Amino acid sequence: MSLAFSENAQRRFDLIVGRYPNLQAALLPVLHLAQAEFGHVSPEVMDFVGHLLGVPPIKVQQVATFYTMYNLAPVGRFHVQVCTNIACYLTGGKEILCHLKQKLAVENKGTTADGVFTLEEVECLAACGTAPAIQVNDPHDPEWPIAYHENQTVASADALIERLRAKAGSNG
Amino acid sequence: MKNLDVKILTKHLDDPTLHTLSGYESHGGYGGLRKALKGGMTPEKVHEEVKAANLRGRGGAGFPAGIKWGFLPKQTEKPVYLVVNADEGEPGTFKDRLIMERNPHSLIEGCLLACWAIKSKTCYIYIRGELFKSYKHVEQAIDEARAKGYIGRNILGSGFDCEIYPHPGAGAYICGEEMALIESLEGKPGQPRNKPPFPAVVGLFGCPTIVNNVETLAYVPWIVENGGQAYADLGCERNGGLKLWGVSGHVKRPGLYELPMGVPMRYLIEECAGGMRGKVPMKGVIPGGSSCPPLLASEIDIALDFESLKQANSMLGTGCLTVFEEGVCTVRLASRIAHFYEHESCGQCTPCREGTGWLHRNIKKLEHGEHLEGGLGLLESICNRILGNTICALGDAAAMPIQGFLQRFGDEWAAHLGAGRCPVEA
Ligand SMILES: Cc1cc2nc3c(=O)[nH]c(=O)nc-3n(C[C@H](O)[C@H](O)[C@H](O)COP(=O)(O)O)c2cc1C
Ligand code: SF4
Repeated sequence: MSLAFSENAQRRFDLIVGRYPNLQAALLPVLHLAQAEFGHVSPEVMDFVGHLLGVPPIKVQQVATFYTMYNLAPVGRFHVQVCTNIACYLTGGKEILCHLKQKLAVENKGTTADGVFTLEEVECLAACGTAPAIQVNDPHDPEWPIAYHENQTVASADALIERLRAKAGSNG
Repeated sequence: MKNLDVKILTKHLDDPTLHTLSGYESHGGYGGLRKALKGGMTPEKVHEEVKAANLRGRGGAGFPAGIKWGFLPKQTEKPVYLVVNADEGEPGTFKDRLIMERNPHSLIEGCLLACWAIKSKTCYIYIRGELFKSYKHVEQAIDEARAKGYIGRNILGSGFDCEIYPHPGAGAYICGEEMALIESLEGKPGQPRNKPPFPAVVGLFGCPTIVNNVETLAYVPWIVENGGQAYADLGCERNGGLKLWGVSGHVKRPGLYELPMGVPMRYLIEECAGGMRGKVPMKGVIPGGSSCPPLLASEIDIALDFESLKQANSMLGTGCLTVFEEGVCTVRLASRIAHFYEHESCGQCTPCREGTGWLHRNIKKLEHGEHLEGGLGLLESICNRILGNTICALGDAAAMPIQGFLQRFGDEWAAHLGAGRCPVEA
């Protein structure tokens, strides 16, 4: 098997599996770890994780495909997720989503040609008091790989995209 | 009216270090744990106080926590687990996130006291995957508490051993349902199991398990320190204590407000949240997350407790209100809700899997003023085929709000039938 965890990830793996009475229970956190390491959860990654935890590949696949946070295919550097559920719907989330679709020239779940952005409409982010909200995943950010941006407007969301674009340009 | 100035979880929220151990302890934090473990409060005594507190579950169903703990078998060879439901995902709800981000030690102390009471040595906190900051702050709080000797072996010299572990979800609303959550925690797809057996008998890893919401547990330290009766007295009949109430939507000051159970909804919307954001009057409110049938603006003189909302044909749910103004099309709003449940159905039961999609498709048609075969009666009949016919309550959660919209806004819905466009929004 060609995949391997970095030293850091291996330490994290050891810590995680120590929390449960059996290895399968560690599957969700270990899939998160593997996605952070390898970018997305490919069939190869599923095999690797299954092998580590002694879980048959079919069961790993069932789990990896059930949950929305595992990316089965590569996504853009920034995974921009716009909530349009009730509180965000009432406060302009739909308009933000429409604007970003146009600005980035992608449809829902689409990735820009330069691979910088994936745009997705998502369900309630538990930020209703500060709606509308956008979640941005940035696997390159070791501190905050998942960040929330709240109280958004079309203008602030537009500016957010520009900031992210500049960030991608500066450190690749 | 009760004293509206008493605060518990939000009392020290202006302290930016509250999420750290030293910040929490500077306000008397872990006093409840000391009182129990060093002051000779037996597990039974802690359990009694929680019972006396009339602490109703804050996850949505309002089941009294003390009574639930009593469902554990009296004698068992197996380990007992405490599982914290931190999967906050019910649309409109944003309260557990505040506790985990800003006051996580109240949750950790509550978990320790609950474990003491139910004789558990292991607690898992199942945190919704998207809530990264919550996860980080809870994990840090656990590490700090362990370093201080509040978690681990022989806590405070009492002989009590207890471990607490954070566990991330991975994006699936259904995992908030307690049986799906348990499956997920075992490393499986989040598909609810049939009940009975209830988790208190056969739960996590086949062992007796108590599942409680974050907010439910975060109130336990105050109850242990000040007594169950004192907590009960803060609230109203059968609904003890304070609660984190959320207000979002078209109000001037959306946010969270900690107030007694039984506080009038009008007070929360008008005094706390400042009323409507502009000149457009209120049209309605979804009381406690998207699964709760809406109320009309004329119905907000209601006490916020589980029984009153039920009497009004709605539900208190999570206690987070979504307020909307005139001009909002309730068909379109309901269509968004129906889309959500279709998306989140785990697909195990036919009435839910097929019914949620069928509902959504037809409400979407209605949204655009199309004709429905069978009129609004079609929607009623779909709801009736889902209700009570599914493994878990997601099916009901999808059907009940639609019935509620039909009951409250039936004329507006009827006006859409065959109109060729939405008669409400321009
Ligand atoms: C579809 C569905 C979703 C749920 N989501 C949550 C949730 O996100 N958080 C929560 O605490 N309870 C949720 N619940 C309720 C739980 O099943 C359970 O009743 C609750 O966690 C028990 O804790 P409590 O008694 O302290 O409220 C959900 C229930 C259903 C049917
Ligand atoms: S009611 Fe829906 S979500 Fe619940 S078990 Fe059945 S199919 Fe799954």
